[in-house]
Amino acid sequence: MSDIEQRVKKIVCEQLGANEADVKNASSFVDDLGADSLDTVELVMALEEEFDCEIPDEEAEKITTVQQAIDYVNANVK
Amino acid sequence: MTKRRVVVTGLGVVSPVGIGSKTAWNNLVAGQSGITRITKFDPSQFASQIAGEVKGFNVEDFIPAKDARRMDTFIQYGLAAGIEAFRDSGLEVTEANAERIGVTIGSGIGGLGTIEATNDSYDEGGPRKISPFFIPGTIINMISGNLSIMLGLKGPNIAIVTACTTGTHSIGEAYRMIEYGDADVMIAGGAEAAITELSVGGFASARALSTRNDDPATASRPWDKDRDGFVIGEGAGVLVLEEYEHAKARGARIYAEVAGYGRSADAYHMTAPNMDGPRRSMVNALKNAGVSPDQVQFMNAHGTSTPLGDTNETNAIKATFGEHAYKLVVNSTKSMTGHLLGGAGGLESVFTVLSIYNQMSPPTINLLNQDPDCDLDYCANTARDLKIEYALKNNFGFGGTNGSLLFKRI
Repeated sequence: MSDIEQRVKKIVCEQLGANEADVKNASSFVDDLGADSLDTVELVMALEEEFDCEIPDEEAEKITTVQQAIDYVNANVK
Repeated sequence: MTKRRVVVTGLGVVSPVGIGSKTAWNNLVAGQSGITRITKFDPSQFASQIAGEVKGFNVEDFIPAKDARRMDTFIQYGLAAGIEAFRDSGLEVTEANAERIGVTIGSGIGGLGTIEATNDSYDEGGPRKISPFFIPGTIINMISGNLSIMLGLKGPNIAIVTACTTGTHSIGEAYRMIEYGDADVMIAGGAEAAITELSVGGFASARALSTRNDDPATASRPWDKDRDGFVIGEGAGVLVLEEYEHAKARGARIYAEVAGYGRSADAYHMTAPNMDGPRRSMVNALKNAGVSPDQVQFMNAHGTSTPLGDTNETNAIKATFGEHAYKLVVNSTKSMTGHLLGGAGGLESVFTVLSIYNQMSPPTINLLNQDPDCDLDYCANTARDLKIEYALKNNFGFGGTNGSLLFKRI
C-alpha cells in the first residue's frame, strides 16, 4: 500500500467512524461507508488538511470513493 | 377539564459532583465540593480561575465517537443525562407510543466553546475551515433533536432558552404538555458547558463570579457573610416526566409528583435581582398546585452565592411564606456544584426530587459565617433527615425571568 493510500484510508476511517477492514479502494463513502452529505464535506476538509491542498468544490463533488480520493491526491498534490 | 397528573419516573445527571444520579446524590449528601481550578483552558489571566468542571466523563458510554465529535460538549452532556434518565425510567419506545413521547432539554448559552474554536479556525484559514457540522453542533435545540433521533421519539420536540431558568422552564413547560394531553411522556431538563474563555471572561467582567481562587472548594458559599459571587459549573440534569396513570399502568418506579409550576418576570433590570419577581414565581407555583405555603417543608433554592442574589431570594421567600419561612429548610446545592446556568434547573430538580424520594436535605456547605440578613434554616454544612411532603425549586435568570416548580411526595 502506498503512503498516500494509507493516509487517505486512515482519514476515511477517522472521519466516517469506519473499521479499517471495511475501507477498500472501491468503497463508496455514501453507499458502502454510511456517509451523509455533511460527512463528505468534512471528509474533503480533512483531506485538504492532511495533504495541505485546496480541493475546489466542483472537484470535491467528484470524489465519492476511496480510490477517487487517492487518485485526486496523486494527480494534484506534490 | 380534569387536568392529568404528572409524575417523575426517570433521572439523569452529568455534574461536577459525579456522573449518574446515584453517584451525584451520594456525593451531595456527603457534602463534597466539585469546585476546582479550571483545567479546560489556562485561566491565569482571568479574575475567576475556578469552576465546577465535570470529571471523568466518557462520551462513548452514551454516544458513538463519530457522532460525539460533531457535537459541542453541552449536547454531549444533555444527551448523556437524557439517556440515563430514559434508561432509568424503564420505558420502551414502540410504534404505538413513539408519537406520545417528546423532549424538551434546553441550554442557556449553547455551543460557545465550539463557536470560539471555529472562529479561531476561520481567522487562520478563512471560510473553507468552517466545518459543515458547526451549526448543527452548536445550536441549542440539538440535544432535543439528537435525542429524538437516537431513541425514536416523535412527540413534541423543543428547547427553551431562558438563561439560568432554562432547566426549570423546560421541566415546567413539559409538565404542562403532559397535563394538557399533548404528550404522555416528556424527557425534560437543561444542560450547559460554558466553562470557556469568553464565557468566564464575560461573567467576570459583569463582576458576577467568585474570585476566591486560592480556595476553590469553599468559593461557592451561599448565604455566608463572605460570599463573593457565583462559581461557574457545567453538566446536565434531566427528568422523565410521565402521566400518572401511564406510569402506574406499567408499574414504574415513581420518584415524586410534579404538583405545580409558576413563572414570572421582574420587568426591572437585565442582571440585577428584584424581590417581587421571584415572590410572584413562587406564589404562582403554589397557586397552580392549590397548596398553601405552610404545606411546604423544603426548598432547593436558586442560592447562587452572589451578595445581592442570596439576600434577595431570602427576602422573596419571606414575602411568599411569611412566618412559615423560618420553618422551611432551604438548601443550595450550588454550594457543591457551582452554577450550571441553563443546566441548573435540570440538575437541581433532580436533586429536589431525590430529596423527596430519600426524605433528606443535602447540606449547604461553606456556611461558616452566616449573613445576618440571610436568617433562614439553610441546612448548614451537614445533611439532615427531613419529612418532606412538598418541595419547591426556584431558578432566576438574566433578563429577570423566574421559574418555580413544586414537587410532591407520592
